[in-house]
Amino acid sequence: MTTAHPNTQSIVDAVAIATENLASTNLDDYGMLNILTSTNHLIGLVQNLKDNHGFIYLTDLCGSHYPERIGAEFEVVYHLHNLVENHRVRIRVHLPENNLSIPTLVNLYSGANWMERETFDFYGIQFEGHPNLKRILNMDEMDYHPLRKQYALEDETRDDKNNTFFGR
Amino acid sequence: MSEITFNKQGQMVSRDTIDGDIATLNLGPTHPATHGIFQNVLKVDGERIIEAEQTVGYIHRAFEKLAERRPYNQITPITDRLNYCSSPINNIGWHLTVEKLAGIEVPKKVDYMRVIIMELARIADHLVCNSVIGVDTGALTGFTYVFQEREKIYELFEEVCGARLTTNISRVGGFERDFSPVFRAKLDKFLQDFTRNFDEFDKLLTRNRIFMDRVIGAGPISAERALAYSFAGPNLRAAGVDYDVRVMNPYCSYEDFDFIVPIGKDGDTYDRYMVRQEEIRQSVSIIKQALAKMPSGKHHADVPDFYLPPKEEVYRSMESLIYHFKIVMGETAIPKGEVYFSVEGGNGELGYYLVSDGGRTPYRLHFRRPCFIYYQAYPEMIKDSVLSDAILTMSSMNVIAGELDA
Repeated sequence: MTTAHPNTQSIVDAVAIATENLASTNLDDYGMLNILTSTNHLIGLVQNLKDNHGFIYLTDLCGSHYPERIGAEFEVVYHLHNLVENHRVRIRVHLPENNLSIPTLVNLYSGANWMERETFDFYGIQFEGHPNLKRILNMDEMDYHPLRKQYALEDETRDDKNNTFFGR
Repeated sequence: MSEITFNKQGQMVSRDTIDGDIATLNLGPTHPATHGIFQNVLKVDGERIIEAEQTVGYIHRAFEKLAERRPYNQITPITDRLNYCSSPINNIGWHLTVEKLAGIEVPKKVDYMRVIIMELARIADHLVCNSVIGVDTGALTGFTYVFQEREKIYELFEEVCGARLTTNISRVGGFERDFSPVFRAKLDKFLQDFTRNFDEFDKLLTRNRIFMDRVIGAGPISAERALAYSFAGPNLRAAGVDYDVRVMNPYCSYEDFDFIVPIGKDGDTYDRYMVRQEEIRQSVSIIKQALAKMPSGKHHADVPDFYLPPKEEVYRSMESLIYHFKIVMGETAIPKGEVYFSVEGGNGELGYYLVSDGGRTPYRLHFRRPCFIYYQAYPEMIKDSVLSDAILTMSSMNVIAGELDA
């Protein structure tokens, strides 16, 4: 559909160098470069993209939960934007359910502070080195992370809203 | 103890020196000056703010969780309640995201209609913000002048969709109906009168000596810090960065229109005010251009899978009945995929990160809410300023509780 940004190849090369060829990159159908990396290479990669490739703007940071993906149940998704070249990339890091820790980006982007707190609040992902990692939108007394898929939105004992009537 | 210093304008200011006697002050959660439900715990030494800590989430409604349970067209009313000062931009941004995911092309006419609605919403949003800056400095009159204009904009929305504040305007694929002649007449009347009334407001505040002395230098932020904090929209442009989603990644045929992206220099309250003032004028110009160049054609795309058929067809033809049922029950097939799409909302880049697994509801939907992201810079912006400047800084940042808490 949309064509890829002309700088895509140089970013792919830079990613390969910064992560010692351990990151996988692919272009999605909408022209966005997706980078899958690991917690070890995240800071080095983002630092490199920020300092040498102009990705000075952290557009968005969020988590998501894929319970059926064993060993990579959680992921953190970063959207970076190079405002000069108008180039966006999406970086994702998979996390296993038993080790939800990932380095913080607060030292690179001040704006990551609340975005990481929000991700912690809803998914329980621990951002190592975060200056103030506590709940932000939910109340402090809450003892679970509500956007995880195991928490159904409605009371599961109700049977008047059964989706199976409609095929899915 | 107090010391005498001189500020940038050469005026003498007396500043209480820190004597170690620090008081804690609760600003909010419900305080008339915060225009929304958020709490700030301030540490103040006399009038001067030493430290601030924010608590947000008082009206958190778990929209992202709700969205995982709702079919795509039922998410539109949720987006209304993000930045409720400019709901149509949120609605249309969401529809554009779904259209991007499903690969739907809409006719040029729909683009132009959307531009008109979105720019009207932007005017309403900026009018609220700027007139409230006036209110917070003690100038109530300007507020009453422009709120009449905002009222007229809401009447225009009412003419298009029947609702005023939480509009649920537009659909995936187009508009539910074409603009009526009444709407056109009301819009023409609005455009005729607006500039005159807005100029009156402008004369009351913009070059008003008292107003200028109050807002110049209040709550500044540098371009570097604003970018580090991922500021967007008028607040970022006031700091001197010309990032506007409408220009950088044009959607809805914004590339067809000729407009200026105003920027400021110091990122203070006056610059934010001035940027919004000029954006209102640019929005009026965009609406006029869109009306003049309005293409002919249909007010929706031919996408029966997403766009409801006319009601009388539903009673007569089987296909229409099937499509109607599938859309209303949320049984439309939607491709698997992952998209990020953003529009220029009233407060800047309003983004939607949508993951679809092909099911009837999104697998994951994340809203990039500009308010949430830039409000975290507030303690840094008000540090060392006086309490009354902190109030102005907050109103000029246009922090909307609905968008902040989602």
